[in-house]
Amino acid sequence: MTDVEAGKLQVGASANSSPAVDVKGLTKRYGDLTAVDGIDFSVGQGEVFAFLGPNGAGKSTTIKMLCTLAHPTSGRAMVAGFDVGSDAKSVRRHIGLVFQEQTLDDQLTAEENLRFHAVLYGVPHGQVESRIARVMELVALSDRRKDLVSTYSGGMARRLEIARGMLHTPKILFLDEPTVGLDPQTRALIWEDIQRLRIEEGVTIFLTTHYMDEAEYAERIAIIDYGRIIALDTPDVLKASVGTDTVAIETSDDEAALVALQRAGYTVERTEGGLTAFVADEEAAVGPIVAAAGVPVRTVRAHRPTLDDVFLHYTGREIREQHGEAIPMMARARGARRS
Amino acid sequence: MTTLSTTGSTAPTPAGPAATPAVDPGTVISDEIRVVGMVWERELIRYVRTRTRIVSGLIQPVLFLFVLGYGMSGLVGTTGGFNFRQFVYPGVVAMSVVMTAMFSALSIVWDREFGFLREMLVAPVSRVSLVLGKTAGGATVAAVQGTIMLVLAPLVGIHLTPVLVVQMICLELLMAVAMTTFGVFVASRIQKMESFQVVMQMLLMPMLFLSGALFPLNGLPGWLTVITRLNPLTYAIAPFRQVVFAAQDMSPAARARFPTNVTLFGYTLPIGMELAIVVVFALVFFVLAFRGLSKTE
Ligand SMILES: Nc1ncnc2c1ncn2[C@@H]1O[C@H](COP(=O)(O)OP(=O)(O)O)[C@@H](O)[C@H]1O
Ligand SMILES: [Mg+2]
Repeated sequence: MTDVEAGKLQVGASANSSPAVDVKGLTKRYGDLTAVDGIDFSVGQGEVFAFLGPNGAGKSTTIKMLCTLAHPTSGRAMVAGFDVGSDAKSVRRHIGLVFQEQTLDDQLTAEENLRFHAVLYGVPHGQVESRIARVMELVALSDRRKDLVSTYSGGMARRLEIARGMLHTPKILFLDEPTVGLDPQTRALIWEDIQRLRIEEGVTIFLTTHYMDEAEYAERIAIIDYGRIIALDTPDVLKASVGTDTVAIETSDDEAALVALQRAGYTVERTEGGLTAFVADEEAAVGPIVAAAGVPVRTVRAHRPTLDDVFLHYTGREIREQHGEAIPMMARARGARRS
Repeated sequence: MTTLSTTGSTAPTPAGPAATPAVDPGTVISDEIRVVGMVWERELIRYVRTRTRIVSGLIQPVLFLFVLGYGMSGLVGTTGGFNFRQFVYPGVVAMSVVMTAMFSALSIVWDREFGFLREMLVAPVSRVSLVLGKTAGGATVAAVQGTIMLVLAPLVGIHLTPVLVVQMICLELLMAVAMTTFGVFVASRIQKMESFQVVMQMLLMPMLFLSGALFPLNGLPGWLTVITRLNPLTYAIAPFRQVVFAAQDMSPAARARFPTNVTLFGYTLPIGMELAIVVVFALVFFVLAFRGLSKTE
């Protein structure tokens, strides 16, 4: 099993272009509390990179340091080719930012909020209107341009903020928990927006989330806990690092099925109430396994390791969906097993 | 088809051409002026959009003008055909200017609560531009509010001439600038919404009452006199009343009854000196406001 220690990983994407974000030994202390504890990572240009971790892990603090809103206690960070410590203003001009908390003026219309932002970020006068039209189109809010933000739903406001973050054509867009507190449909819409931005505007995206299922959309994930990066790789590699896909079946004659499957070349084990086959791709394996079993199959359960399994593997805890808190495995074991 | 964005495919060299717009000083200055204009414009948009604020900004001074005006007229009586309503009118106009300016500046507390302050503070612009825009915006809406109050002049027997109207608007602007910078400074120190009401009650009302806006400052006990002389509003309201009274047909007895100039150590300040003091206060508050906002985030 490969060790996916963060420090050993350098940006793999494109060797000839300088990384969009390059961080070495970045640390932030608040008094006795070490919010971010010497992290190292790089984000390639055009990459969608996610920071995944429970509440209090240090995600927002990291984003704040990268966006020059908090001074690192030690360490170094280059963003868009500029040093966050010595060239904060250049960093700010080249990044887009969507905070965890809303930062719109709801007494202004969407368009007025965007115009305000365009001026703050020095978008040339002649380009302001076309750029506003463009970003509103990117988040599919063109028809609500002239509406007051106070009439927007939470999801629409969030998407307007994403549009605003893109207005001055930043090189990197930082999104701190872009989907937190939104319903599943809206979350899906936001992910569509993010993919569209990436493809159509070629922007690098750095986001944080505590939703395991969402991190899957990212090209690479850094799992962060107590201020340290505990694993960093593509979702597939991370999942592979904690185990392979499995297909569990119950048949009318497990003994015969075991022999038949082993003869067909599968790695199969006898497990509680049935058989478990270890496969490369559970989806593709289900059909052939049922066919190869040779006896009637009563039930089939296919499982692929999830990021939950990954988090559990590296921390011994799991992230509770609703609140994004990490809860110890013991507490989980005591509760009834659900889904 | 839209053209490909330049940032997309090409790998930019750090600190290369991408950084040039920020380097040219001409661009920087015109960008900062645009920012001042935008912050100013936002203030106006918000003012026009909140009609309740315009109306409530009128009701309180109108109440003071008529309720206090009639109530006190009975007590103070008429001197040479001049009554308390006429005396208090400039003070009430000033009061509406001051309250509008202060309210506009303190909206920063709202901006903090609803996050918009952050949008402004993280932008790669100078905070001087933000305070300038805020000040210009607050001063404009306050002067507009004060000018609306001019329609009440005939009702209380104050004669307006074109020159007087121009003088009043100029003084309203100066007063509003000083109060907005003061308000921005105070707002930069307020972290919680709840503190807002307290500040309005504990700071604004005493400042108004001890400024000579609503009653003459002569005949106060010594310690109160000291406070009135430390109050920047005192020096803004006196000239305002002077220009109004100068345009009225008043008997010498009435002028003696309702003095307007501020005296300091027995020395009567000329109007120019009073205005200079207001300008100094405005500059000091501007610097404090800038420093207050620089400390945030
Ligand atoms: N300004 C601050 N002062 C003191 N402690 C802070 C401050 N900001 C964050 N922290 C602490 O640092 C830790 C990391 O916080 P944060 O980065 O916000 O986590 P996340 O965004 O992953 O939920 C938390 O324990 C939090 O309480
Ligand atoms: Mg956070």
